[in-house]
Amino acid sequence: MLSIKNLHASIDGKEILKGVNLEIKAGEIHAIMGPNGAGKSTLSAVLAGREDYEVTEGEVLLDGKNLLELSPEDRAREGVFLAFQYPVEIPGVSNINFLKTALNEIRAYKGLAPMEAKDFLARVKEKQKLVELDGKLANRSVNEGFSGGEKKRNEIFQMAMLEPKLAILDETDSGLDIDALRIVAGGVNKLKSKDNATIVITHYQRLLDYIVPDFVHVLYDGKIVKSGTKELALELEEKGYDFIKEEVSPS
Amino acid sequence: MNTIEKILVTDKLLSSIRQVSSPIWGEIERGLALSAFAKQGIPNRKSEEYKYCKIDLILKDEFAVGSLKNNITKEQLSSALILKEAITIVIVNGHFNENLSTPTNLPKGLIICSLEEAAEKYFTIFENHYSKYADINTDPFTALNTAISNGGTFIHIDKNSMIKIPIHIVHVSTANENSIVNPRNLIVIEKSAQAKIVESFVTINSTAKIVNNAVTEIFVDENATVCHYKIQEESEFGNLISTTQVQQEKQSVFTTTTITLSGAFVRNNLNIVLNNQHIEANLNGLYLTKNNQVVDNHTLVDHRMPNCNSNELYKGVVDGNSTATFNGKIFVRKDAQKTNAFQSNKNILLSDDSTVNTKPQLEIYADDVKCSHGTSTGKLDEEKIFYLRARGLSETSAKKLLMFAFASEVLNTIEIEPLREYLENKTMLRFQ
Repeated sequence: MLSIKNLHASIDGKEILKGVNLEIKAGEIHAIMGPNGAGKSTLSAVLAGREDYEVTEGEVLLDGKNLLELSPEDRAREGVFLAFQYPVEIPGVSNINFLKTALNEIRAYKGLAPMEAKDFLARVKEKQKLVELDGKLANRSVNEGFSGGEKKRNEIFQMAMLEPKLAILDETDSGLDIDALRIVAGGVNKLKSKDNATIVITHYQRLLDYIVPDFVHVLYDGKIVKSGTKELALELEEKGYDFIKEEVSPS
Repeated sequence: MNTIEKILVTDKLLSSIRQVSSPIWGEIERGLALSAFAKQGIPNRKSEEYKYCKIDLILKDEFAVGSLKNNITKEQLSSALILKEAITIVIVNGHFNENLSTPTNLPKGLIICSLEEAAEKYFTIFENHYSKYADINTDPFTALNTAISNGGTFIHIDKNSMIKIPIHIVHVSTANENSIVNPRNLIVIEKSAQAKIVESFVTINSTAKIVNNAVTEIFVDENATVCHYKIQEESEFGNLISTTQVQQEKQSVFTTTTITLSGAFVRNNLNIVLNNQHIEANLNGLYLTKNNQVVDNHTLVDHRMPNCNSNELYKGVVDGNSTATFNGKIFVRKDAQKTNAFQSNKNILLSDDSTVNTKPQLEIYADDVKCSHGTSTGKLDEEKIFYLRARGLSETSAKKLLMFAFASEVLNTIEIEPLREYLENKTMLRFQ
């Protein structure tokens, strides 16, 4: 589904990604772990199309389509969803209206008619339950005055509403207590299907107790230096990132 | 512009003005107003109060003064009747238009008539309030209006009367030669009364520059509650100087919202005097400017007595080559302890050629008060745009959504639902 080949990206002339390679198939969950500053958030930003980053080399294909040539909105319409590490508050824009606009613009891109109001509301109700999001929150302004946990749940709620092909969860676990973590992870697990794929970006192994990945990759200094199964995450938790550093840098 | 030119501008105007007689005002008062105008002159950019609006450039042309007819038809007016359910008063070029107005079957406690009629029929009220609040010596345009106004409307709401239906004053400017018109309104709301008053400003069927120098005095007596709206939709020929002078008495609540959607030039003077204790004043404003528009909002809240609250929120979306100015003065006088006064002005700049001047001015002479002001001017937040785009919204719809949200904070304060819906639609169209 997603194929990243030799991806290099920089910001303000400083190279952050130095040749990332990654293949993801439909139905899979991949975890990307790594120490602070390894380039994890840069990778998610580049995939979502944040314009501050310059891609200097490499390619990213989503089902054969060159993602890097598309605007952020067209990537979203092609099925990429980024759950933000720090979701922004947008006072005055209601969550529901915004999602309706988003959903209908995605549908228009695919040549579909706007969703019927009652179908839309039914979907809202169903997906709200999935992430245990209070109906009142869904009707409020986007993330305005939400707690950290509510913001993250709202991200997963939006993901559920938009039904993306490829979801990228950028440090969705950061700052969450165990209850919120369980709810967020539960939402992600319920949304998993044989047709979609998920990239879970995290610093901590803890999230992977709840969202069990098929593959774990270690991103270090702009490259994926080690890949394995979920046991790799446990090893990282136990030994810390230092052992990776020792492995990759010649002493 | 130097002083000699300044006098010339005033002289030219003065000579035309001297020929106009005012039907509502005695010769002595008229003379005083006229000399107050002559003394102050047309402000130029050296005048602190009119620094950014280049009003002298607008008034440098030849202008007919006060001789215009009321030649508009019902059909021409129809688009200006934005409220289906309202008591409508139509002022054409400063004249109260009986045929187009509908002050019949008025609810109990409500008097509406022309100011001329009020000067005779309701002499005591007129005498007690007319020209008692708008000061001819502090603003040249108030002086000009006071000197040569043909009148406008008089609204009186008796004590304890709750007028539920909105009262809509439509100010129509229409001209085919350069003209200055001077509508004047007096609104007196007695003790414990309630009213909703909408003043709208439109240009109809015009082919020449028209300067509408309107003054409305509003007296809000003890315990009265008033919602007031100014909706400004003049055309590219319309130049508006709109002064609203308010005096509030004990425990009254006055909320005013000024929405400027169009017009070549708009200057709003909004002055509110809190003349007693436990008064609340709310001032909201929204201006959406483009092309070469100039919109200049000057507000003054004068806290004279203790325990009063004022809240002010002005927001602008500024595009094209336009210039928007906000100047918000708050006086807290020595006696006005326990004052709460808040002010905020926020602007979004949509183009590199647009300009925002913002100047909060707090003068505080009491020592036990809570006052704050804040201002921000900038572009739309890129982070928010990206967030929306990452959910599939186009850049255009993301921006539209954000601008509308920005404007909504002011629009949401409008309590007359059809008016709010009308303005929401207008705002939405503007951001297309």
